[in-house]
Amino acid sequence: MELYELGVKQALSGIAKGEFTSEDLVKAIIDRKNSADGEIGAYLTFDEEHALRLARENPTSVPIAIKDLINVSGQPCTCASKMLEGYVSPYDATVISNLKAAGFIPAGRVNMDEFAMGSSTENSGLGVTRNPYDLSRVPGGSSGGSAAAVGGNLCIASLGTDTGGSIRQPASFCNCVGVKPSYGRVSRFGVTAFASSLDQVGPLTKSVEDAAILMKALAGHDERDGTTPRESVPDYLAELQGASMKGVKIGIAKEYFNVAGLDPEVKRITDSAIKMCEDAGAEIVEVSLPHTEYAMAVYYIIAPAEASANLARFDGVRYGHRSEKAVDVFSLYCKSRAEGFGPEVKRRIIMGTYVLSSGYYDAYYGRAQKVRTLIKRDFDEAFTKVDALLSPCAPTSAFAFGEKHDPLTMYLNDLYTIPSSLAGVCASSVPAGFTADTKMPVGVQFICGGFEEAKLLRISKAFEDISPVKAARGI
Amino acid sequence: MKIDVAYVAELARLELSEDEKNLFQSQLEDIVGYVEKISEVDVEGIPPMMHGRETVNAFREDKVGSSLPVEAALANAPKRVGDEFLLPKIVEGAES
Repeated sequence: MELYELGVKQALSGIAKGEFTSEDLVKAIIDRKNSADGEIGAYLTFDEEHALRLARENPTSVPIAIKDLINVSGQPCTCASKMLEGYVSPYDATVISNLKAAGFIPAGRVNMDEFAMGSSTENSGLGVTRNPYDLSRVPGGSSGGSAAAVGGNLCIASLGTDTGGSIRQPASFCNCVGVKPSYGRVSRFGVTAFASSLDQVGPLTKSVEDAAILMKALAGHDERDGTTPRESVPDYLAELQGASMKGVKIGIAKEYFNVAGLDPEVKRITDSAIKMCEDAGAEIVEVSLPHTEYAMAVYYIIAPAEASANLARFDGVRYGHRSEKAVDVFSLYCKSRAEGFGPEVKRRIIMGTYVLSSGYYDAYYGRAQKVRTLIKRDFDEAFTKVDALLSPCAPTSAFAFGEKHDPLTMYLNDLYTIPSSLAGVCASSVPAGFTADTKMPVGVQFICGGFEEAKLLRISKAFEDISPVKAARGI
Repeated sequence: MKIDVAYVAELARLELSEDEKNLFQSQLEDIVGYVEKISEVDVEGIPPMMHGRETVNAFREDKVGSSLPVEAALANAPKRVGDEFLLPKIVEGAES
């Protein structure tokens, strides 16, 4: 087995046994990147000297690829936008300092949809990322570079962010394990904000155990992010001991299965996953999430609204792109933003500004927040009956480049991941099969209640053990 | 639903080309047409959910900590003069 094929747990164990050093791992990843990433394009930049220096300074550490919106001191942080080309981070995000404290180092910056807005990484302003399982298909998004790097064995593990499915959907498309933590479980300090009531940072990995190890490193209170409570962080890896489906109550939301656009192969793989859980001793319980049909509408009001406010900071004044054509401050704002942002970001800023504007706020943003409460209550009610929900992660497997050119069609690809994001609960994507026709990977999603990551990871591990496919193998 | 894209773009401090205005006009009308769906829901007496998790008074200790050094804060400035960000003239009649 090549070093770049290793997961987190194997890498830590190999280092502990003295089989190789952190520097060996980084060198192996650099070689792998140089030979294989030309066609995949997972990395936007890779500061080899920086990664090698960190590895020499921390000889027992494991390198992690970082989505290019998480600040690492002295490194670029472009958010895949021309707006931030040339930007150099002045400090480490809390997740980066947490990773370092736990024996990991950041190595390489991976591609994404610009400012995390998209579901295919086609919205990157700086590069194309292809699915390692079929180069004519997208890796998913917005954490498409993270998923392609893990699925393509171009890294040991990676960090992504998830606002409406941006870890889980690409994990499904690229055959990785992905975890979206509960809202508040992981600090966002130093992570470029998209929609602040939804954003979370989480791992994309080659196994559930790896995700558990990274979740332990990432999670916890941060005085610089007021949404993170002082709640203790379990030893998620230890919690996986004896993980089993026996007696686990798995909820199947009927609203998730009579959906137009659910690909028959994804449905077949999901049905088979449900059957495997049942055969392994889980109790399958039908539940209802009656407000599911409104989740997409709520999300495409709330997320752009919050984005329009968050992205107001990109005005050409203190950092980021500044137009050379400005004659006064007003035109400096308008022209810098026009030149710096790509089309999807502009579309969402306009959408968000519109729904927040005078006369429309109550009908859109205000009302969406109330419907969000009803969506949250659906989940609360379901979790009184079951331990976890199981659903498809996305209605399709990875689609071809350019296939979803209409924005609304692209948005609807997130229908399975958005409701749980709105509810603030935790969810994972775990490899479950390959489509018979296109031979593309498909993951299933498990959803647990808020701050129930230990349970989520146990159930995900129990599923991984019975799943016919393993993450990131056979590339 | 008719959206005044030019006006909204001005609110957003975003200059759009004529092509972008036309494209966004039809796309946004589709998207807004879709999200109108929430008007069907009875939200009488339902409180808004403003955050992903209820948090009350998340204060940190009021103590002096370190802050970003001036050079680090200015390092990404598109234009600077001394320890300041340099901008075009803002106030009419003032010296720039």
